[in-house]
Amino acid sequence: MSVEFDHKIHDTLADANLQLAIYTATGRLKQKRIEAVADEILPDYQELRTHANAIKRHTIENLDHYLEEFERNVTAHGGKVVYCKDGTEVADFVLGLAKERDARLIVKSKSMTTEEVDLNERLEHHGLESVETDLGEYILQLAHERPYHIVAPALHKTRYDVAEIFTKRLNVPNEVVIEKQTAIARAVLREKFLAADIGISGANFLVADSGAVVIIENEGNARLTTSAPKVHIAVAGIEKVIPRAQDVATFLKLLARSATGQLLSVYSSFLSGPRRPGEVDGPEEFYVVLVDNGRTKLLPDRGKRQSLYCIRCGACLNTCPVYRKIGGHSFPWVYSGPIGAIITPQFMGISHEPGLPFASSLCGACGEVCPVKIDIPRVLLDLRSDVKKAETREKQNRIEKLAFRIFAWLMTHPRVYEMAGKMAGSLAPAEDGGWIRAIPPPMNIGPAQAWLSQRDLPPAPSMSFREMWRKRGGR
Amino acid sequence: MSRDHILHRVRTSIGRSAGQEPAPPPPVRLRIPKVPPDLRVTTFIMRLEALAGNAQRVPTQAAARDLVASAIAGKTAVASNSPYLAECGIDTLPGVRSGIRDVNELRDACEKADVGITSADYALGDTGTLVMIASPAEARLVSLLPPVHIAVVPCGRVLTGLDELFTILPLPAEQTSSMVLITGPSRTADIEQILVRGVHGPGRISVLLVE
Repeated sequence: MSVEFDHKIHDTLADANLQLAIYTATGRLKQKRIEAVADEILPDYQELRTHANAIKRHTIENLDHYLEEFERNVTAHGGKVVYCKDGTEVADFVLGLAKERDARLIVKSKSMTTEEVDLNERLEHHGLESVETDLGEYILQLAHERPYHIVAPALHKTRYDVAEIFTKRLNVPNEVVIEKQTAIARAVLREKFLAADIGISGANFLVADSGAVVIIENEGNARLTTSAPKVHIAVAGIEKVIPRAQDVATFLKLLARSATGQLLSVYSSFLSGPRRPGEVDGPEEFYVVLVDNGRTKLLPDRGKRQSLYCIRCGACLNTCPVYRKIGGHSFPWVYSGPIGAIITPQFMGISHEPGLPFASSLCGACGEVCPVKIDIPRVLLDLRSDVKKAETREKQNRIEKLAFRIFAWLMTHPRVYEMAGKMAGSLAPAEDGGWIRAIPPPMNIGPAQAWLSQRDLPPAPSMSFREMWRKRGGR
Repeated sequence: MSRDHILHRVRTSIGRSAGQEPAPPPPVRLRIPKVPPDLRVTTFIMRLEALAGNAQRVPTQAAARDLVASAIAGKTAVASNSPYLAECGIDTLPGVRSGIRDVNELRDACEKADVGITSADYALGDTGTLVMIASPAEARLVSLLPPVHIAVVPCGRVLTGLDELFTILPLPAEQTSSMVLITGPSRTADIEQILVRGVHGPGRISVLLVE
């Protein structure tokens, strides 16, 4: 780990309150998951995992086909699909649309993909107000922090932290009762929902045969985000697509159980296109922004591309003995825990934080709880091997660079060059017509030895070009 | 344009060419258990109550109307345009606004109302879930903005679960822009993992299942 994250890890380990908060929260979520997938209430859990894995695998192996099918069906229902290769393109699209619609206020529901590309910061930089509406995300936006956990973003904040943040940023009296804090947020955010020009959501699934986005949540903020404003923009990674509406049943049974131990989350919205003729409410415009942001880099590797199956349930975080000690902010990017350790190096490049794949005991717990059966420990091992290969390459590069530096020096110092030539010429043996077939010790090592093992050098001429030149008068 | 660039990158990375048919996808996995209608209703009630929702079986439409009337006494309510609510005589109860077709009017009414009254297209027994399909009869905001949601649903619409729903509706998008599954009252546990109900959506939900 780099120095920065080394410090964060040590700070986290030294903070007894934080340690307790992480351990209790993840422990509770872990236990609730175990109860929700127990044999008595979900006897076909393992079959569902296998099936979910097969669907994800099939989709990723035919990703272009399903993206195009999804796009066709969104368009057929009156929506529009926009492809963006990175955060700049996402922000440019939203900014362009906001300008056209004369929009000022944006409400946002939880989306890890927009966290990836720092969408809020980019929008605010251009004078738009972009408000997170998930309670945890809202608290963190006020505190200027990034999510601590994929599904429980403010897991590290106590009610006293929240009281302080609200007092400072919302100008409300100090309030430490959690129900009342929630009511404060509800009241502030309700105003925002009703005044907002644009709603931006994420998506848990993109359904190809329906052109629909599926959004899973408990609070109702995603429903408000996608129902109240005139414009709905869903931002999602390209890997979120699944083939059929009927596949949604399989994933719904797994997602909430794995995330929070609920049989279903409170709201599962299946949204396709803007409000239709006759429907009383709903957005007038519907956009789906499909984001690459590094995902296509994962596709060529048949083994590691399974990292793209992730449905962001957070079960691997809750069960990971490393995450449960070092917490979410010790990880270098928005994704933490075992899934963060495998996708961060692949999205950002292995050199971004080469220690990451090693921040695991390889105990295998993450792979066991993954609802789509990503073999996380296997991918971690592959990444470790990649890190080592990159280090070796780096070392070889250093030797090569040194050799070229010596060569350059030689070429820019004619006298030394000439002397070296003479020395090389003197190596030629008298017999065998002067052919050099091997290098005498102690220089018979490394690349020179290897090169000569298959080749012979012709005898050196009795006079070098420079000597001949000088003899002719040096003109 | 990024569209073609990204699709091209995807294709070259997975070794496919444009327009190439995919291998057949894994078969759909939908298993409908055999559960008698009566048990579906009982399970629905048990599941919803476990989530701190209210659910009860009522013998007649008139009984449903009376229960709704007493629940909204002295309060303001908005009813959806569902024909079933009209059949029960709920849309004309005192204090109930209904028949709203204009979005701004609806939004304003729902924002001020104490109670939102809807029916539901289906209910799922094994999870205690309401299935709300947006249409001229059911708007999105009635089950969302008011702090209390009451749903009046005929028992015959209670399905076993998700697998049956997606068997009946293989393509929900063909008939609606929005299908929402509601499972219990709005909730959060974002502060110290303490459960709080009614954070953005209704904090109370009552379902009357009419025989």
